[in-house]
Amino acid sequence: MLRYGLAALGVVALSGAIALHQPARAEAESPKIRATAHLYDTYCAQCHGIQRNGKGINVVGLSVQPRDHSDTVAMSSLPRDQIVKAISEGGAAVNKSALMPSWANVFTPEQIQDMADYLIYVCKCDQSK
Amino acid sequence: MKAPMILAACVGLTALALAARPAAVEAQSADSELASQCASCHALTKPANPTVEHLWNRKGPDLWYAGDKFNREWLVGWLQNPTPIRPGGVLWFKHAKAGEPHDTIDTAAVEKHPKVDAATAEKLADALLGLKSGLVTEGTFKPEAVNMAMGKMAFGKLRGCAACHQDQKGQGGLSGPQLYDAGARLKPDYVLAYTKDPQQFDRYVWMPTLTLSEPDLQRLTGYIVSLGKEAK
Repeated sequence: MLRYGLAALGVVALSGAIALHQPARAEAESPKIRATAHLYDTYCAQCHGIQRNGKGINVVGLSVQPRDHSDTVAMSSLPRDQIVKAISEGGAAVNKSALMPSWANVFTPEQIQDMADYLIYVCKCDQSK
Repeated sequence: MKAPMILAACVGLTALALAARPAAVEAQSADSELASQCASCHALTKPANPTVEHLWNRKGPDLWYAGDKFNREWLVGWLQNPTPIRPGGVLWFKHAKAGEPHDTIDTAAVEKHPKVDAATAEKLADALLGLKSGLVTEGTFKPEAVNMAMGKMAFGKLRGCAACHQDQKGQGGLSGPQLYDAGARLKPDYVLAYTKDPQQFDRYVWMPTLTLSEPDLQRLTGYIVSLGKEAK
């Protein structure tokens, strides 16, 4: 009987730990990250995917696979200023595919900086060092 | 001598007023039809403070520039028998599902446009064609200068339009409106103006402004308005 009680306690403790863990993750997402994630959903996810994995709905019309923003290793090799340049001037400006357009007419310069921060957050590149 | 002339003038004026009245009443009824049938889903005037949220909350695309955009004959037919123009719906993200090898659209969930009868379609088309933005200059597109093969290449490869738009059924991306019947649907000068700067029509739309030269704009417009002309 005692054994069952201990097992039940263990389950409760584990659930508690999981429940506590979730808000901690949500807390880590600052309002700026959440706002930029919304911009990503609106503009970037059509090609880069709703899971940020480079597998958006438009992949069917693309001759080049969009970058997988969840790939920590590949994304870590990109300097932040190159990310900013690709978003503001398009892929061709950083010797990548011209299918990545310039977003300078849609995003403000501040939003482009926020998007670069968001991409570094998404790829967990800030945690890999 | 004066009295008969005054009488004749009065009769003439009354006749004129009566003749003008049905037209005015009809125009008014077309406008109220537009307000009652379309305004709950479509912006019929330019949004004063456009936001990203407007894209997420609207139930249909903005129509405040419908008069610049649509060919009347297509509009009358489509309103009676609407078929999806945007494969991903009004906002593609709302119908996108994550998956392998890539995300897909839940086509069953894409909004369906209500049908109207022929008489209402005519009335609505007239009212819609009266909605102009002032952003489109007639005669900007010069059909005589277009090289169609170059236009097709620019659409598919060089300028990447096919990334988001289909120029044939089932070929091309899904987040933008299909263009395989664009020739029947859209006015060339509008296609050119919108392609040049989509944000002046729809400030936060997810179509980017590409760096396109004037010959690029002409050849892309030429190709787009050649699509599906015969289909209507």
